[in-house]
Amino acid sequence: MKMANSLRGEVLTLYKNLLHVGREYPKGADYFKRRLKAAFLKNKDVKDPEKIKELILRGEFVIKELEALYFLRKYRAMKQRY
Amino acid sequence: MADLRVLVGVKRVIDFAVKIRVKPDKSGVVTDGVKHSMNPFCEIAVEEAVRLKEKKLAKEVIAVSCGPLQCQETIRTALAMGADRGIHVEVSEAEAQRLGPLQVSRLLSALAQKEKVGLVLLGKQAIDDDCNQTGQMTAAMLDWPQGTFASKLALEGDKLTVEREIDGGLETIRLKLPAVVTTDLRLNEPRYATLPNIMVSWARARPKPF
Repeated sequence: MKMANSLRGEVLTLYKNLLHVGREYPKGADYFKRRLKAAFLKNKDVKDPEKIKELILRGEFVIKELEALYFLRKYRAMKQRY
Repeated sequence: MADLRVLVGVKRVIDFAVKIRVKPDKSGVVTDGVKHSMNPFCEIAVEEAVRLKEKKLAKEVIAVSCGPLQCQETIRTALAMGADRGIHVEVSEAEAQRLGPLQVSRLLSALAQKEKVGLVLLGKQAIDDDCNQTGQMTAAMLDWPQGTFASKLALEGDKLTVEREIDGGLETIRLKLPAVVTTDLRLNEPRYATLPNIMVSWARARPKPF
């Protein structure tokens, strides 16, 4: 396994951040974790740095979307209650 | 008034998404092993205080929470959102059961004077007991003006303009600092405490006992 790639750290950070954000996923953290792992494994053979960067950006986009989803969910619940 | 210090109250409550279950002996609700998080209205208060700091209108944001040891988690979330310092008023689990708005407002008013803050920002109510009293009582004890149910906040010098949500519309009032403000749902959109920020908050400021 020679992946002496400078992007390795970035990918790992992204994975950790996604795991953290996924803990609050409405369908459960386990569901999210399985899907997350599958999504990362699917692209494990990607070698092209440009392509990897693109995938990292997509992961960051997913984090943003999840945060927005949580915010909206909370806001709607609060609005409904109060 | 760039040397303004803001005190923000944060309460640890059962997460809004959790289905509440009553204990079999009807003495309360099940809290063991149940997910807790920061009261949503407190999140809004923290966010507003951090925004004041980012606009250079406030110097320091102090997050305070009263309760058992687990409250430090809530304080850390506030630190991760951008608060500078945390104060944990440690109250044992058994005593925390009897901690109501009156006791908390006494604590908050004492802390506000001790820390020489110019603005106390609180959530309008907690989603567990729904009391909606702490802010009002704190203002009364400090004999400071209050702006409750704020949906907009503007600070100019030591004058604070607060738009409040009242039945049938909005009311705009002007307060002179020091003041107490409680937040309503539409004041802002709280940011999400990201993992790196939480890590930093763990390392940076250990919440100190009062």
